[in-house]
Amino acid sequence: MKHLLSAGDLDAPAATEILDIAAEMAAVSGREIKKLPTLRGRTVVNLFYEDSTRTRISFEAAAKRLSADVINFSAKGSSVAKGESLKDTAWTLQAMGADAVVIRHPASGAPHRLANWVAGSVLNAGDGTHEHPTQALLDAYTIRARMGRIDGLHVAIVGDVLHSRVARSNCLLLRTLGAKVTLVGPPTLVPVELGEVSYDFDEVLKDADVVMMLRVQRERMNDSYFPTEREYSRRYGLDGARLRRMPGHAIVMHPGPMNRGMEITPEVADSPRSTIVEQVTNGVSVRMACLYLLLGGKS
Amino acid sequence: MKIYIRDGVLVSKEDAAQTIDTEGLVALPGLVDLHTHLREPGREDAETVLTGSRAAALGGYTAVCAMANTSPVADTAGVVEQVYRLGQEAGLVDVQPIGAVTAGLRGERLAELGAMADSAARVRIFSDDGHCVYDPRLMRRALEYVKAFDGVIAQHAEEPRLTEGAQMHEGDVSQKLGLTGWPAVAEESIIARDVLLAAHVGARLHVCHVSTAGSVEIIRQAKQRGIRVTAEVTPHHLLLTHERAGSYDPVYKVNPPLRTTRDVEALREGLRDGTIDIVATDHAPHAMEDKECEWAYARPGMLGLETALSIVLDVFGEDWELIKDRMSLAPARIAGLTAGLEVGKPASFTLVDPSARWSVTPSELASLSNNTPYAGMTLPGRVVHTYLRGVPTVLDGKVQK
Repeated sequence: MKHLLSAGDLDAPAATEILDIAAEMAAVSGREIKKLPTLRGRTVVNLFYEDSTRTRISFEAAAKRLSADVINFSAKGSSVAKGESLKDTAWTLQAMGADAVVIRHPASGAPHRLANWVAGSVLNAGDGTHEHPTQALLDAYTIRARMGRIDGLHVAIVGDVLHSRVARSNCLLLRTLGAKVTLVGPPTLVPVELGEVSYDFDEVLKDADVVMMLRVQRERMNDSYFPTEREYSRRYGLDGARLRRMPGHAIVMHPGPMNRGMEITPEVADSPRSTIVEQVTNGVSVRMACLYLLLGGKS
Repeated sequence: MKIYIRDGVLVSKEDAAQTIDTEGLVALPGLVDLHTHLREPGREDAETVLTGSRAAALGGYTAVCAMANTSPVADTAGVVEQVYRLGQEAGLVDVQPIGAVTAGLRGERLAELGAMADSAARVRIFSDDGHCVYDPRLMRRALEYVKAFDGVIAQHAEEPRLTEGAQMHEGDVSQKLGLTGWPAVAEESIIARDVLLAAHVGARLHVCHVSTAGSVEIIRQAKQRGIRVTAEVTPHHLLLTHERAGSYDPVYKVNPPLRTTRDVEALREGLRDGTIDIVATDHAPHAMEDKECEWAYARPGMLGLETALSIVLDVFGEDWELIKDRMSLAPARIAGLTAGLEVGKPASFTLVDPSARWSVTPSELASLSNNTPYAGMTLPGRVVHTYLRGVPTVLDGKVQK
């Protein structure tokens, strides 16, 4: 594996290998000294064209725990803000000897373009409304850790699927790993081209093993995707009443950041059924596994 | 076959001052492109009237209609005359300027259409191409107004509210790639409105770059009802589909976008049965930096002049009658230009070797820009010679200026 651009690039054995290595990495993160020498002398650049807290910090922690040198390059206040093109930035990073570039970009496909212009590995850390493959991997890891398997589970992905890179990557990866995925939301936000769709959250949640809530950006409200925030919450928000109608073993996920009170109530977010904090923890292990495989491990 | 010329005009054998033996090549009346972006004035780094004229002559064209979205916009007699004069100076093809419909392409008020019509450039086609004349009242007025000088409005049919932020055809591929969709209905709804407006005011309408099966059907019905509508399709919409966007290479980004196989089939059928009157290139050169970037930031458009004939040959085979009509006679008729191989017509023609095949190499194209979507493809048919009013503009595949 040279790059990680799309969750669709991973077949089941490749995805499972990442999850297995992530489990080993998790053991390291549990130690007092959370560091491996694997990527000593290698340079990882975090190239972030969009504000991001958890993903950037997660990649930074992952690279540092593998002893890589980390350069954080954020678009704000950099040559990019002065109008430098992605290609010129790529050449600059190339000239500095970046072994891997972790890129977050508002334009879908930007990591694919970057991969043409750098010799090192490119990791997609979220591109526009396209994909966020490491998020899908950490979600798959979290599901496997909680439920013991992925194959055969029913996963409901609920909310603004149309604009969600998390949903796109999860659809691809979870289906590859044998899960049944149902996309749930208002018809304006759930494209039928991405697979099985339902507009009735209450119907779907009755037999869902995993309910993955997506962040709904408040800006969507002004764009006629749905009438009001309150109506959205009533129809597609996850509250205590809906949680109690889910099967007893079912878990609740959210990629964060949450709009508490919008797509998820605090009662649900803070319940023991919620995996939200574990997802963040698992993110570091999964990203360690990805960096390890792309840079240090088997090719 | 032999072609006889005197004083730049096709004549009979007895009157010939010059005789050209076509030696097994296929003679076509000079091709006419109704939709060309020459970029001058304003973006001479992407194309000039001269370099675009070279590309046109090499593609077998003897006339091109230069779109109005230059900088400054061709919305006054001054700018259209400048483009016209540059075309004459280049002297490789007749450059017939298209005038803007609205001042500055802003869609707010009519440009001085009559002044452009009366200018030395004798403008008859008006278009805000790149922008849709969206306001229905303004569109109605434009259609009506140009009747005074037998003008035609060439509409870029795109409902702007339905295409905000649009990057590619709305469908399964756009959903997979996370690129904002450009729905077919955004084109079809404007065409449906415009044919009704044209019928209402009894005016001529030309529809630019038709790209969907639904549009073909609307135009077919309008023609059956006797509405005076003509339509064009680009070579790329006859060949390429939206799956090309999968590479995120903006060389495939174009407006309207590449669509589905079903649309391509309907467009081919529409061109065959005459629902779509002509092939027009929408030749749209772009500087390297406007294509070597993220898909969403790239400008839409592709080169077309040097490959159009080969693409049409590739798609339809050696149907020379179809090619002659859809690429020369019909576009000339719409533009009010002259084309044909009959005695008495200007000796503007092109000679094509149908058995030759050639490989498209962007850097070898005469256009200043490289944004061809056909790079690396091997295509049938090669333009060997092109003549403009008896003067060779291309000889043995080499442009003469």
